[in-house]
Amino acid sequence: MTASSPTSAAARNGLLDRLSTLLYTRRGLLLGVLLAPPLLWFGIIYLGSLLSLLANSFFRLDDFTGQVVREVGFGNFVEIFSPTNLDVALRSTLMAVAVTLSCALLGFPMAYYMARYARGTQKALLYVAVMLPLWSSYLVRLYAWKLLLAKEGAISWVLQALHLQWLLDAVLALPVVGGSSLSFSPLGTYLVFVYMWLPFMILPIMAAIERIPGSYLEASADLGASPAQTLRQVIIPLAMPGVAAGSIFTFSLTLGDYIIPQVIGNSTLYIGQVVYRQQGVAGNLPFAAAFSLVPIVIIGVYLWLAKRKGAFDAL
Amino acid sequence: MSSSVSLRDVSCVFRSAGKTVHAVAGVNLDVQAGEFFTLLGPSGSGKTTCLRMIGGFTLPTDGRILIDGQDVSQNPPYARPVNTVFQDYALFPHMSILDNVAYGLMVRGVDKASREKKAQQLLETVQLPEVGQRKPPQLSGGQRQRVALARALINEPQVLLLDEPLGALDLKLREQMQSELKSLQRKLGITFIFVTHDQHEALSMSDRIGVFNQGRLEQVASPADLYNRPSTRFVAEFVGAANVLQGADARRYAAAEALMIRPERVQVRRRADDTAPGPRVSGVVREVQFFGAFWRLQVQPLDGGAPLLADLPVQGSDHAPVVGETVGLDWVDGDLHIIEALHP
Amino acid sequence: MRSDTTRTSRPQRGASLGLKLATWGCVLFLHIPLALIVLYAFSSEDKSYVFPPPALTTQWFGVALERQDVWDAMKLSFQVALWATGMALVLGTLAAGALARTRFFGRDAINLLLILPIALPGVITGIALRSSYHALEIPFSFWTIVIGHATFCVVVVYNNAVARLRRIHPGLIEASMDLGANAFQTFRYVLLPQLGSALLAGGLLAFALSFDEVIVTTFTAGQQTTLPIWMLQELIRPRQRPVTNVVAVIMIALTFIPIVLAYWLTRADEDSHNR
Repeated sequence: MTASSPTSAAARNGLLDRLSTLLYTRRGLLLGVLLAPPLLWFGIIYLGSLLSLLANSFFRLDDFTGQVVREVGFGNFVEIFSPTNLDVALRSTLMAVAVTLSCALLGFPMAYYMARYARGTQKALLYVAVMLPLWSSYLVRLYAWKLLLAKEGAISWVLQALHLQWLLDAVLALPVVGGSSLSFSPLGTYLVFVYMWLPFMILPIMAAIERIPGSYLEASADLGASPAQTLRQVIIPLAMPGVAAGSIFTFSLTLGDYIIPQVIGNSTLYIGQVVYRQQGVAGNLPFAAAFSLVPIVIIGVYLWLAKRKGAFDAL
Repeated sequence: MSSSVSLRDVSCVFRSAGKTVHAVAGVNLDVQAGEFFTLLGPSGSGKTTCLRMIGGFTLPTDGRILIDGQDVSQNPPYARPVNTVFQDYALFPHMSILDNVAYGLMVRGVDKASREKKAQQLLETVQLPEVGQRKPPQLSGGQRQRVALARALINEPQVLLLDEPLGALDLKLREQMQSELKSLQRKLGITFIFVTHDQHEALSMSDRIGVFNQGRLEQVASPADLYNRPSTRFVAEFVGAANVLQGADARRYAAAEALMIRPERVQVRRRADDTAPGPRVSGVVREVQFFGAFWRLQVQPLDGGAPLLADLPVQGSDHAPVVGETVGLDWVDGDLHIIEALHP
Repeated sequence: MRSDTTRTSRPQRGASLGLKLATWGCVLFLHIPLALIVLYAFSSEDKSYVFPPPALTTQWFGVALERQDVWDAMKLSFQVALWATGMALVLGTLAAGALARTRFFGRDAINLLLILPIALPGVITGIALRSSYHALEIPFSFWTIVIGHATFCVVVVYNNAVARLRRIHPGLIEASMDLGANAFQTFRYVLLPQLGSALLAGGLLAFALSFDEVIVTTFTAGQQTTLPIWMLQELIRPRQRPVTNVVAVIMIALTFIPIVLAYWLTRADEDSHNR
């Protein structure tokens, strides 16, 4: 390219120029070039894997050879409806619901404060305070709770110092949620789940409340509503999409998790654990695949319900 | 060196929200080399789309675009001898002003010293010699506009396109820039194609104007011809205040189906100076608007017919006109213009 | 989920005590466990998780740094994260370039597809990948892990890139081409500098995500041990508790830095845009 004639914007013929012109005049080609690599990757690797998962769910494991028999059958699906497995599914769903409700109740006040009252540095600080646990290591946070919940750990010590040990024992003696110690009980599992997913609930709610125009709240006050009434009648309904969005995370993350129940909990099984064990130790990949469709379906239903509440717009 | 630009039967059609939009339909246009040509029209009329097709940012779906006789219809912007000053300037925020202006030379491989020197010269031409090291967000709107101009000129284009460049400026600045642009164009001698929706701007700056309406070019003429002899009703009303009379109303005053006369050409005669022969029309003043140098009256002719607008200069009037006053209206025959076609 | 303070007005009175307590209580709830780990890393007790720690010492840091398995796990995690981030950057940027502004048939579907690996539980992604490796008879290797990680890291880069691209004035690209730059020059001189900080932020987040990931990794790693897998094994069958504590603190530090950097980059970006 010579610099001598800036006036001649005449035919530019370098290879890059020609390629560039081709992409410019054929926008479809440009789109194709951009999309091809990610689409191929996701299509082949991800969708392909999901399809092979689906395919596997129809196969079965030969008891003698331990090999996967590639014949279409519905045995796995029948097996899913056995009492133990239904039990697992039910337990996991109940836990997911409990965790979601708790996160919503716990997270709402903080989200409300952050959206409406916090400003400037305080707000940035609170935002980072929520972001950090969200992004930092899942396992480290889990480990921290193992330390906390251990019999000789911090929680026990605090309760002893406050002479509330009897309270802990009473709670642990409860039938469904209790256990030998906090770290070996469904109560413990539940506590850890709430801790883990709380940030996922706080941020969407905060964003949803921030989006409420100040004029709505002013109008409510102007018309005579007390702050509590404004909260109930105006803010909470308008914040619901944020709650729904956050609940998608808490619900789906709880439903599929297999590590937390294993580390903190008694020996009752959850969906994730069944899937994990079946494909690992038992080598029964077909059944694991079939069983993993259960959370997909449950989540699908939940997503459909959440979408109707406007959760997708709040993401 | 400058070039002529021609559009031959150019159309631009696209689909938006399920509907087919004819942004530009069958436009034929010839801009002569070295001319200051303005594309004038309301928003959505297709003038900006036409400009973008000349620049290469939108490709025509039909027809050809020629620069100096060469067909550039499918060429991308960097392969046309055309540069553009964008409506919101589009200065690169991450580069200094000097780098912005020198950009055109940088991508053509000119060495740093030469291009910075040239860029600085151009900044001096647009009277901003000191801002080279600043960044675009630090400049005011007027300054950014000049930088955009300098940047567009560094490649010494044969045609300069300006897309409503003065829209964001306040009135005083705008008027100042209008005269500066005009003298710049005369000095450089290159073809300017200017887009605006402001008829005053168009009339004051252009050698010729093309008026757009709903994707079609309704008239191309010099400012004087456009103002005094509009070829359609739309043009008549867009370019200035007008009395447009159709059908029976028109036949009342001349043998034509459609007429136009500008309010300032309608002479107002009041009781006091009733020494001349009878006025063409007598009427009652219905409304008075004050415009500083004149009043604009809406007069209802006594013998029926459509109301007429007439301007009464302040200078030479004893007292302000009042609603209900009877006045006489008159005009010179030559000021009554017959509109050949109500629609193109 | 971005924070936007432009619309809500501040209420007249300050927040009630109850609200403030609830808020700061939550903050404590979220952070005390992490603080506790840091405390435990200095505990001299090595057989149990007794609280409060009997004495404080830094000896365990030395012990941990001598453990070869810890180093190997860290090295593997690092390499996987680097490769996964690199691939996610390329794929995410390409996808963002295609989807940021154009509207075409199937755009929403593709958007959903990119988000799916993170939206569905890790178990599903993990077992899906495992079953296709099994079907194609691909043995577990470094690359089986990287492929899994890259897949869910793409969306992190993609989100950042799209958000940034949408804020870039389309006139800039046109101006660049108008002045003589072809598509590649425009990308290099105009788009890349503007995108740079967003890609950096996305890359940092992707790195942190990959470094910490354990669920999909356990399905795709076979016998290999990344740092999270090492951690998981320790959680189930503790070997040397103090070493685990130290490694936990190291992990906190290693992910803390990219997150804060990414956050700072994104805020700086938004601020300069709003000015």
